[in-house]
This record gives sequence, structure tokens and C-alpha cells, in this order.
Amino acid sequence: MSLTQIRQGSLVLVDAARVQSRGALYVAQARIRQMMKWIWLILGIAIANPILYLISVGIGLGGLIDKSVGPAGVDGVKYLTFLAPALLAQAAIQGTMDETVFPTIEGFKWHKTFYSMNSTPLSGVQISYGVFLTALFRAFYTVVLYFGVMWAFGALESPRAWLAIPTAVFAGASFGALMQALAARLEDENIFFVVLGRFVMMPLFMFSGTFFPLTSMPFFLQWIGWISPLWHATELGRHLTYGHAISPTMLWVHFIFLGVMLVVGLFFSARIFTKRLAK
Amino acid sequence: MSNPLISARGLTKKFGDFTAVNGIDFDVYKGESFGFLGPNGAGKSTAMRIIGATSQRTSGTISILGKDPELHGPQIRAHLGVVPQQDNLDMQLSVAENLYIYGRYFGLSRKFVKGKVDELLAFAQLEEKRDAKVENLSGGMKRRLTIARALVSEPEILMLDEPTTGLDPQARHILWDRLFRLKEQGVTLLITTHFMDEAEQLCDRLIVMDKGSIMAEGSPASLIKNYATKEVLEIRFGSDRNQEMGAKLRTMCERIEELPDRVLMYTEDGEALLEKIYAADFHPKTSLVRRSSLEDVFLRLTGRTLIE
Amino acid sequence: MAVAIAEKRVGKLGERVYSGRVPQLLERGFIAFKSSTYMIVISGFLEPVLYLLSFGYGIGKLLPTITVGSETIKYAAFIAPALLATSAMNGAIYDSTMNVFFKLNHDRIYHGMLATSMGPLDVALGEIGWALLRGFSYACAFMAVIAPLGLVESVWGLLAIPAAVLIAFGFASCGMAVTSYMKSFQQLEIVNMFLLPMFLFSGSFYPISVFPQWLQFTVNLMPLTHAINLVRGLCLGHINMALLGHALYFVVMIVFGLIFTTKRLNALFMK
Repeated sequence: MSLTQIRQGSLVLVDAARVQSRGALYVAQARIRQMMKWIWLILGIAIANPILYLISVGIGLGGLIDKSVGPAGVDGVKYLTFLAPALLAQAAIQGTMDETVFPTIEGFKWHKTFYSMNSTPLSGVQISYGVFLTALFRAFYTVVLYFGVMWAFGALESPRAWLAIPTAVFAGASFGALMQALAARLEDENIFFVVLGRFVMMPLFMFSGTFFPLTSMPFFLQWIGWISPLWHATELGRHLTYGHAISPTMLWVHFIFLGVMLVVGLFFSARIFTKRLAK
Repeated sequence: MSNPLISARGLTKKFGDFTAVNGIDFDVYKGESFGFLGPNGAGKSTAMRIIGATSQRTSGTISILGKDPELHGPQIRAHLGVVPQQDNLDMQLSVAENLYIYGRYFGLSRKFVKGKVDELLAFAQLEEKRDAKVENLSGGMKRRLTIARALVSEPEILMLDEPTTGLDPQARHILWDRLFRLKEQGVTLLITTHFMDEAEQLCDRLIVMDKGSIMAEGSPASLIKNYATKEVLEIRFGSDRNQEMGAKLRTMCERIEELPDRVLMYTEDGEALLEKIYAADFHPKTSLVRRSSLEDVFLRLTGRTLIE
Repeated sequence: MAVAIAEKRVGKLGERVYSGRVPQLLERGFIAFKSSTYMIVISGFLEPVLYLLSFGYGIGKLLPTITVGSETIKYAAFIAPALLATSAMNGAIYDSTMNVFFKLNHDRIYHGMLATSMGPLDVALGEIGWALLRGFSYACAFMAVIAPLGLVESVWGLLAIPAAVLIAFGFASCGMAVTSYMKSFQQLEIVNMFLLPMFLFSGSFYPISVFPQWLQFTVNLMPLTHAINLVRGLCLGHINMALLGHALYFVVMIVFGLIFTTKRLNALFMK
């Protein structure tokens, strides 16, 4: 093909229809390329984190707790077994949050890459989904690695424990989508990080029944768990990895809660992306 | 003339194998406006940082207000106002707070600085932005605030590194106007720039630098007189023919420069030359007669243009 | 006027790097606190309180008491001093890494400061001074929470406040030196890679005697272990010579960190 052919319109280089159907994948491809620069750091943390927590809290503190609670165990099992699925869900949530919030702020504010993407045939919706898909990918491999560590530590008791992988990724996706929508609205990020870290992520981590059954918290603090995707995912994870008892109703509640969060998050994220790019 | 405020001999700065400033000599006198003109990477900013006592020379001597910056950094900086190439305003503070705290860094009393803040806000035409966050200012406003900030300690020497780079023409003119006022008040100005119009407007005397060395020194007018003709004729024949046509026209003027996009012909009378060219049956696509500038001086000295 | 002030220090020790402007830098901290950073500062107080509420209450139900030596103490009373020490560390590390990194590379505020008659040691001491002030207020506030809950067993516990400042000083002075080597935001993650294991293994949540010998030995080399032992010893009223040893660890860290930081700032700004 020659430049003159393209200029005169007899040859079209860009297939707009193709971009329309696969745009989100192109965006994800670009994001993953970015991620690969730090992949060893990300993988290192993804492996080291569970090992450190499981040894320190699961085995170290767990040893003392197991002695203290006697044969009844915590929720009927060893503390390590009880703790592990919660950390699995936490890893997914942290992974999607990092991979949605930072790239979104970067794309709109720090490097303004979304604006240059948007000047190609890519739409705001596609950019938003592309970022989200990348986060999903990161959550997936983080969770798989974590699951491997859990297995090595003997923290899996049920044969269908592997199903905890998709439920953890599901929770990560729900939370990530919501965070992405929030980050896209942001004008001043400095305070946001602190608020997010100390007023959202920490309380979620501490009060979602992660380290002890949610019911052992005073009633007025239990609501944090009910609205926390981490708690819903942890309950599912515990059910799947060691058979923690859940009524069929609650099973539905957990899935519906996470599902609604995902749909709402994706919807608003796509909408806010489109609006902000057009502004 | 009295003793110079700044005096450098054989001033050299190396970063590893790279020589940023290569044995330069210059003197700056009280009340003058002294410029460093050169393209990016000529060593202007490095020279400025040595004068600002925030960079140590590799060899040579330099004295600023009679002191050696290597030994008396804080005391020399007490006399300087520095406007860096890249604004480094305090983003966590408001406009007025930036001025206030900067004065405090010099150890000035609260009372003195508070009075000074009002005066400088007026000078920088930022009174209405007093309580605004720095982040929300336009580029020109940030630049004016940085200059106002440098004046908070009433410095003897104001150093400006590329003061108008990145500003739109209107913002540049406002800034030049402010600098003229300072000059009238007798502040010694040290300016680096790669804009020849800026150097012509602001500098009494300047040195032209390239690759770490001084190529020429003098007032803008004398440099133009010594290194260029009175007028320049700029003609274009289209990007692939300039070179070829330049070769043919060479004998018709004092000096000729063939640039990729145009041919520059140096002469005392541009219009007359243009008529001669038409008479010889050459037909340039466009033509322009202008007075010679520092850009032409630089081209003559280095064979390159200032902005590449 | 500025000149007269700058020349007061002529001939004094360190005149090339220091001109006595720490109060002015603290003043900057206060102005910035009022206009923009108050949320960050206040939220830092929340961290140990959340941990205390979650672990002290929740884990406390599974593990009501813990045995230290011959004494049996409430689980919450065991972790509270550790949380105090850890929050002193976290605050100091945040101030001297994230905060310094942005001022250094993003806003280039130090470049502006060093164009005045200040020297690099002024900047280092000013930043660290602010970190200490924060550490001090966090320690006081946390004390005001745990003392009424009966989690401080001895009046020696009052000394935990200056101890927290000492701990913050040690971490802040070293943290700033480390930050001066950081080139990108992601490299800051490396700091976290050290903090997390330190937090998890230095005896915050249970005595390190549960570990095998080799791990105990390693853990005893880490600064946070000494910080926790120091604060815990004071809060529980276990006063002995070992406490002096823990304090000395931080004195060494402070001296080393200050020299290192000043050298690095000099190299960064005066090159």
C-alpha cells in the first residue's frame, strides 16, 4: 500500500468496525504491556505476602489460638485453615484495586494517556473495560499463586476448594469496578489515597471477619462486614475450602451482593469515563 | 568600572566524561543585565547553578560578591534570588503562603515578610489569587509567582533560568515588563535563554554559549554588527530544492546559509537583493526581508540554529 | 537583612550545610497542615486504634491472655504497646519516604528551599523534626485511648511517649536517606517489602519465643523488635538494663541516618 493510495481514500488502513468490537482488548493489551515492566515486583509481592501472613499470623499466632480454643477449633478448624480463605479474597481485592485506581488516575491526570487513546477510534467505554480486564487478569494470577501457597501450607480441606479461586476473583472484580468508577471521578487524588487506605481498605481488612468470626465483633461494628465485599467473598471461600456452614439463602445473598456491586461499578465506570473524556 | 559582582576564570564543570562547562571567563557588574544565550545543552543552566552556589565546579575560579561558593554557599545564596527553569513552588501551600514561607527560609522576621508579601503580590499582579492553590494557577501566573518569590529577600542579584520558556506570547510580554521594572530599580539580572528576541529585549550584555564554551561576548547590537550584516533575505524554494538553489545564488551576497526549510542571504539591502534574484530569473516560492538578529549571530558562530 | 542573618553563622561548625532554620521549616509544616495535609495527619492516628479494636477485641476472644515470663496479661494489653511502637514507625516512614519522595522528585520543593540561604542539613532536620512532632502527637493520642482502658500496667508507661519519639527519629532519619536513592514511585514499594515482614515478625501479636532459634535471632536484629520491646517494657513496668540497650539501638540509627541523609542531600543538590 502506498501513502498516496491512503491519502486519496482508495485504501483504508484503520478498520473502525474492528476497533469497535475489540477495542477493550487493545486497551488491555497496552495496560498489560505497562504491567510487565513491574511484573517481577508484582509477582514477588503476590508470593511473599501470603507466605508472610500465613507463617506469622496463621502459624505463629494460630498456634497460640489453637492451644487456647482447644479441640473445638475456630469455626471447627485450625486457625490457619480459618484465616487462609480470607487472605485469598483480600489478595484479589487488593490486586484489582491497585490495577484499577492507579491506572485510572494516571490515564486521566498524571499522564493523560486516556485522552490520546480516545483520539483514536477507541471509546470511553472500551477504555474503561480495558483497564478493568487488566485488573481482572492481575487478580486472577495473584489468586492462583496465593491458592498454591495455601495448598502448600495444608490449608485446604475440601476437594472443591479450587472453586474459591473464581469466587475470590469475583469479589475482586466487584470491588475493583466500583473503585474504578470512583477514581475516574477524582480531581484531587492526594487526600483520596489516604482516605482510601486508612478509612476504607484498613477497616475492611480489619472488620470483615478476616482474622476472627464476624459474629465475635460487637453488633454495632458488624455492619462493616455486611457491606464489605471481603466478608461476602470470605464466607464463600470458607464454605468452599473447609465446608463452613452457610444456609442456601445466605449463599444467594453473597452472590447477589457481589453481582450487583459488579454491575453497578461497571455501569458507572463506563459512564464516568465517557463523560470525563468528552469534557 | 567598579569591581565585578561575579567574576569567573577558566570555570569548568564535568559530569563524568561529559564537560558541561568548558573553561569559561566572564564578569558581571552591578546593575547590569547579563545574559547567557545558547541552545539547550549549551551549559547555561550548569553555569547558573554554579553561580547559585548549588553546584560545585570541577576547576577554575569563581567569586560571587567576593566569596567562593564552595566555602560560603549559604551566605552567598542569602544575596541571590533564584528563578529555576522548572517551577518548584510549594504545591501544598497557597500563593501568599508560598511567598511568606520562602521569606522565612531566608531567616527574615514574620513582620517584614508579611509586608513584603503584599508588595510582591501587587508586583506579580496576583492579588486576586492570594489564597488560591498554586496547582490551579496558569503557567504564566506560576512563573510570575516564582519570580516574586525570588524577590522576597530583596536580593542583589536575580538569576532567571529560561524565564519565559513554555509561556504564550502575551504571558511573555507581561513577564518582560516586570523584569524591565526590576532593571530600572537597579537589580542586577542574570538571564539564560535560547530565545534571541528575549536576549535582545532584556540583556545589556551577553555571552553566546555552545557546547560548554563561549563563542562571543558583547551587547546585542555589537554582536549583530560584528557577526552579521544589516539585513537578511529569507527565501524558500520548497524543501527538496533549497540546497541546490542556495549553491547557485552563493555569489550574489556576502554570505549565504542553506537551511533545510529555507535559504538565508546576508546583505546590507535585502529588497535590492531580491530584485536582483528575480532579474536573474530565479523564482522563490516565498521571500521575506528582515533585520539581522542574534539568531543569525549564533548561526554564523556555530553553523546551527538556536532552536532545533 | 537576610544577609545579616546568614552571616551570623560564619565560622561556626557546619556553616556550609546548616544555617539554623529548623523552626522555619516546622512553620511550613504547620501552614501546610492547616491548608492541605490535615486529613493525612489525622487519619494516621486511626491506624493503631483500628488494629487495637480489631485484634484486641476480636482475637482477644479467641486468645484472652498471653504469658510473658511469669506474668499473665490481657491480650489487648500485650499488643497495645506494640501498636504504639508500630504507629511511630509507620508515621515516620510515611513522612520520610512518600512525602519526601514527592517533594523531592515531583514538586521539587527542596530545590527551591536550597536556593535560599538554607543548607541540606536544615532541610533534613526540618523534615525529620516534623515527623517527630507527628510521632509525639500520635503517641500522646494513643496513650489517651489505651490508658483509660486499663491497658497500661505501670506509670513507667508515661515514658513510652518519649520512647515513641526516639523510635520515630531513628526511622525518619534513615528513611530519608533511603528515599534519596528512589527513582520511581514503584521503587517505594521496596520500602513496604521491608516493613511488612518486620511488622509481622517482630513480636507485635505474640511473643517471638514461639519461633525457632534462627528466626528469633534474625528478628532480634530488626529495629521494630527493639522498638516494641522498649515500649512494651515501659508499659508493663518491666524495667531493666535491656531497655537501655533497645534505646541505644535507636540512638545509633539516628546518628547514622543523619550523617547519611546530609551526605545524600549534598550529593543530590550540590552536584
